[in-house]
Amino acid sequence: MGKNPEFVKFDKVDKSYDGKVLVVKDLQLDIAEGEFITMLGPSGSGKTTCLMMLAGFETPTHGEILLDGNIISNIPPHKRGIGMVFQNYALFPHMTVYENLAFPLRVRKIEKDEIDKKVDKALSMVSLNGFETRMPAQLSGGQQQRVAVARALVFDPAVVLMDEPLGALDKNLRESMQYEIKHIHESIGVTVVYVTHDQSEALTMSNRIAVFNDGKVQQLSNPAELYEKPVNSFVAEFIGENNTFNGEVIDIDKNKCRVKLANSEILANPISVKNKGEKTTVSLRPERALINPTDKMDNMFTGKIEEVIYHGDHTRVRLNLLGSSEFILKVPNSTSNLELKVSQDINIGWNSADARALDPK
Amino acid sequence: MSSETKQILTTDGIPLEVSLKKAEKKNKIKAFLLVAPLLLFLVITYIFPIGDMFMRSVDDRMVTNMLPKTFKAMENWENLDELPPEEVYRGFYEDYKLLAENQQHGKLGQRLNKEKNGFNTITKKLFRQIKRNKIDESVSIKEQINKIHKRWRNVEYWQAIKRTAPPYTAAKYLKGMDMYFAADGSIAQVNEDRRIHRILWLRTLEIAFFVTLFCFIMGYPIAHLLATLPMKYSNLLMICVLLPFWTSLLVRTASWMILLQQQGIVNDFFVMIGLVTDDNRPEMMYNKVGTYVAMTQILLPFMVLPLYSVMKTISPSLMRAGKSLGGTPFVAFLKVYFPLTIPGIGAGCLLVFILAIGYYITPALVGGASGTLISNQIAFHMKTTLDWSFASAMGLMLLSGVLIIYWIYNKLVGVDNIKLG
Repeated sequence: MGKNPEFVKFDKVDKSYDGKVLVVKDLQLDIAEGEFITMLGPSGSGKTTCLMMLAGFETPTHGEILLDGNIISNIPPHKRGIGMVFQNYALFPHMTVYENLAFPLRVRKIEKDEIDKKVDKALSMVSLNGFETRMPAQLSGGQQQRVAVARALVFDPAVVLMDEPLGALDKNLRESMQYEIKHIHESIGVTVVYVTHDQSEALTMSNRIAVFNDGKVQQLSNPAELYEKPVNSFVAEFIGENNTFNGEVIDIDKNKCRVKLANSEILANPISVKNKGEKTTVSLRPERALINPTDKMDNMFTGKIEEVIYHGDHTRVRLNLLGSSEFILKVPNSTSNLELKVSQDINIGWNSADARALDPK
Repeated sequence: MSSETKQILTTDGIPLEVSLKKAEKKNKIKAFLLVAPLLLFLVITYIFPIGDMFMRSVDDRMVTNMLPKTFKAMENWENLDELPPEEVYRGFYEDYKLLAENQQHGKLGQRLNKEKNGFNTITKKLFRQIKRNKIDESVSIKEQINKIHKRWRNVEYWQAIKRTAPPYTAAKYLKGMDMYFAADGSIAQVNEDRRIHRILWLRTLEIAFFVTLFCFIMGYPIAHLLATLPMKYSNLLMICVLLPFWTSLLVRTASWMILLQQQGIVNDFFVMIGLVTDDNRPEMMYNKVGTYVAMTQILLPFMVLPLYSVMKTISPSLMRAGKSLGGTPFVAFLKVYFPLTIPGIGAGCLLVFILAIGYYITPALVGGASGTLISNQIAFHMKTTLDWSFASAMGLMLLSGVLIIYWIYNKLVGVDNIKLG
């Protein structure tokens, strides 16, 4: 079976609730069959609206959504055959776990034996065998969450949508659930569209991530590329930590550009700047700047330590560097640790390839 | 094993339980003092009146206290089918004489007349004889009294006196169910043409039931709208629902009278659209229709509010989940939404039914003859016949009826499942 690269297709989709503001603008997004795609973005960026349009609870104002080549904009939700895990699980509180899972099968008029089998299989998938007769209120948050996942998968939907399903769980449980959902996805190969505002969740779980802002997809790529090579300053800012310098391009060639800051100059990698004189924001990951670098680096400066925060596995150092007192360094907690003291001067260096000159903020 | 666990002591050596009780005691007293005024209020305004009502409804001590000697003598009256012996007559004469001296004899006559028609006449005759000192106490009183009126020679009248002997009686309750104690003490039905109360009870139940049903049918969609509409519309709708609450009951009933009368707006409208002819306007008031319409409207908020408060707590994502899992909107409603609203339905129906069953002012105004309820009958006896003990008895029957319904409801639905908000 060849995987369809356009299994779910948003084709020039616009959405407005009030006729004045576009919540989703000209969305063009293809989701491949069997893919785990995450819509990531701050609240109000339109990601949940996209999910609701796909589920059928909202209709696009303009454009079409295609599922496996068929336009589904006019198909009501119950005929789309899309599984959904809701933010607050939306388990039916008056039904047992078994009845919750059997609901989608019963409405499809599947025979009792078959239902039993499928429910059993789905429950074992989330390792909740033996919980059939419990009521949702008798389960812990994590267990409810798993029931919700099992319920969304039990009727073998082609696509499963998940709307911030882990938002209500505590940190440890959230992490273990992330792996669990990822493993379920890998073992059954269902297409998953996942919505979250938690970037680490997105990076951990997804094949591809679509970063939403202001109703638009800012960048669609796999997690590594998203983190390493953000295409604009919003993505750079939103994913992971980031040191930024605002300046003006004064010299540019193919791989390097010279950026003039308030009272110094740095070398950077031109991503979205083309010409001299353009304003730019240079983005640099904290872990890419090294203290007292042994290798030769094309950006070398001296800064003054403003603050040292111990984080266990690493230490965060805030520096006053190049006129900004918000420069963050991440120093891994290794045995060769330096003595870092406030108001000490240290040498910092980074490669211009890691400093990405993006669009100005 | 576990029963051998050592008693846990606090650091001071006092057993933990004792220490806990001591600590809690203050809180308990505080809590009690907080509710004490309300408790007192409830006792004074609720428990006492109901107790008093009960006493009134069964109290029949008046005759017992008026005729002590008669009833004492009647203990020896063996053959009840024959006139009582001389000592009963003498006892009755002595009791009656005492009453006559205290000007109490009229009350006795009235009371006995209720027990058996014709007593008033013959007690008055006896009174006149006594007043004129015509009765010679040295000879047989029985013969002298029997001579006063032929009814004194009728054993049924003496049996009637004997029936009033017990200080407490359930006669009023029987009367409320169109029954009475027959001469021989057995329970009998009143003549068929005089059985009015049973019809009223059934009609009260019927009207309460249908009003509840109509309120449910109309209130459910309204409550659903209220719970799901955006805030600015639902607030407006809420005001529409509550507006009747803020309007006087009389005003609302009166406006229904204006609407429903034969020359009223509704009839005018029917004529205008050609539904009925002008000379054949239907009567919609002073019958059951009027009672149904007005009571449904008045009691509707009591259905809408509990339903609304329950529906408000149902997350809209549940319906969405139902649909996304493949249920048609109808199936999702029936299997997911509706079961979750049952606590609200229970609360609303119970509230409306209990209010409807004791409703008074609306049926009195728009009910006419065929639309009045048992409460109107109670009011009639309170105000017109002044038979308070009968009114009390019917009031208590109504109360116990409500309690029985509550009990059945608890068995069927469970009171824990009620949610008022």
